[in-house]
Amino acid sequence: MKSLIQATIAILVVSALLFYAADTLSAGGGKGGKNTLTIFNWGEYIDPDLLKAFEKETGIHVIYETFDSNEAMMTKIQQGGTAYDIAVPSEYMIEKMKEENLLIPLDKTKLPNLKNIDPYFLDLPFDDNNHYSIPYFWGTVGIVYNPSLVGDLDFTSWEDLWDPSLKRKVFLVDGAREVIGMGLNSLGYSLNSLDDNELREATNKLITLAPNVKAIIGDEITPLMINNEATVALTWSGQAADMMFENEELDFAVPEEGSNLWFDNMVIPKTSKNIDGAHAFINFMLSADAGARNADYVGYSTPNIAAMDLMDEEVVTDERYYPSEEQRDTLEVYKNLGPDYLGKYNELFLEFKMSIR
Amino acid sequence: MQTKTSKSALFPYVLWIAFFVIAPIALVVYYSLLDLHGNFTLDNYKAFFSSVYLKMTLSSFWYAFLITFFTLLISYPTAYFLTKTKHKQLWLLLIIIPSWINLLLKTYAFIGIFGLYGPINAFIEVFGFDPKQMLFTDISFVFVSVYIFIPFMILPIFNSLDRLNPTLIYAARDLGASAFTTFRRVVLPLTMDGVKSGIQVVFIPALSLFMITRLIAGNRVITLGTAIEQQFLVTQNWGMGSTIAVFLILFMVIIMLITGQKDKGGRVR
Repeated sequence: MKSLIQATIAILVVSALLFYAADTLSAGGGKGGKNTLTIFNWGEYIDPDLLKAFEKETGIHVIYETFDSNEAMMTKIQQGGTAYDIAVPSEYMIEKMKEENLLIPLDKTKLPNLKNIDPYFLDLPFDDNNHYSIPYFWGTVGIVYNPSLVGDLDFTSWEDLWDPSLKRKVFLVDGAREVIGMGLNSLGYSLNSLDDNELREATNKLITLAPNVKAIIGDEITPLMINNEATVALTWSGQAADMMFENEELDFAVPEEGSNLWFDNMVIPKTSKNIDGAHAFINFMLSADAGARNADYVGYSTPNIAAMDLMDEEVVTDERYYPSEEQRDTLEVYKNLGPDYLGKYNELFLEFKMSIR
Repeated sequence: MQTKTSKSALFPYVLWIAFFVIAPIALVVYYSLLDLHGNFTLDNYKAFFSSVYLKMTLSSFWYAFLITFFTLLISYPTAYFLTKTKHKQLWLLLIIIPSWINLLLKTYAFIGIFGLYGPINAFIEVFGFDPKQMLFTDISFVFVSVYIFIPFMILPIFNSLDRLNPTLIYAARDLGASAFTTFRRVVLPLTMDGVKSGIQVVFIPALSLFMITRLIAGNRVITLGTAIEQQFLVTQNWGMGSTIAVFLILFMVIIMLITGQKDKGGRVR
């Protein structure tokens, strides 16, 4: 009994000390909603030095949290447990969040740096006049591969993934829309298809891909490709850029049948308690300097023209990352499918996953 | 007087159980009866009996069985020899310590260990074999899961072996039983309770493993746990997610009944 009491006291003392230490360490930033800014972003999607620079410039303490899918992000914001001030959803999710009244309209007078953004990325169908959202990054979905390991396949067509030489070599990303979308694209259908027959056909086609599939994973694919442990992967353009930066052997292709063009935009969710701070952050990220540094670090394509001037010429003219406007026309933006069809896509994706044995 | 105080002392526990056990289960059952638009329906249950979900349930059970089987196979002898060692508490502690490390960290470590350029392949190459990609196979999945569950299996078995009165073994040997017969007729039956609770603490979590299924098995293995996570976080179909959860709870109850300690009847005769 005595030792039990001693142990309890020891734990309490240690906890108290740790609390005290944590408190003194974070005292510089100040407490409470007023002087903190909670940012909710994708993993590996910002240059951490920029956060420090922003803290230094404004005196606002930044709390940074990450998510790994649009849906998980929205669920958390809906539940409202944490006062997120900034989130970075993709276009179809912005549409959905708008419908659910989860976003706060932006005050453009507080965002003078908006002038740096390419008009091509403004006033898009998912958010007229950019009432709620400001472009952060954009990109495509395609295939990253190691040319020395795939023979003469060049992945100008999705069909190349079905090549028998790739048995157990293809890695897919763990996302229903990306994978089912690829199935639809490979048949020449729209990746926003709401036609049950087309979806069935696409799933059946995907099931024939099963023998070639090695694994369906997320960000873990990056180190595998870099270390030449994986040969071919379906992935986003920026993730591919990351891999290619580390391993120069790799190449990236967006098949000609069409693929996904996506935009991630910054928004201020309803949970925000520091709306001024959130505007200050968006404006900070829109500056040419921050935009360029961030794009250099993250590897995705920036919509910030002023930032592109500061960046490496070789990168911003590379059509694999910055496809021309004609190329962009073959690409499709995800639309919000509505709950029924989102459910359907996921059911079919599950069916496809179950076929991989 | 005494009964009164003991009854009022029960109050916090009753409250606890009502709020944190009964209410959540009731909510899960309630949500399982809703479709995407919030209407009452039994469609989720119908959907569960479609081929995709039945196949998934079967494969969950199969992998949970494999994991439990191998864990038991390794743990029983380990626990047995542990009780024979000199510093058994120290050895036990050494086996338990890894279970204090976060499960995800251990899983990530295995990504490196199993990798094409990891230590295992380096070892294989020394003997002149070609390196193999060991990640994303059934074997690696079962291996990592077994590794993670071993301490949980050893502990109850060790305890029941440790409590075993050694004079019973001497008596059996004295009466002419061979070492094997002693083990089969005396040691094993008397430690069965430890084995059963070991099976419980391994089999049930193994049914709902997730993350490992993605990180180590690359989604080649899909358990009920993965499906629930997907339904809640991605599809946002809380109804279907809850339905799978209802079945998972049912399966767990059944397993508890099968492996539960039967105090009544039996044995005494």
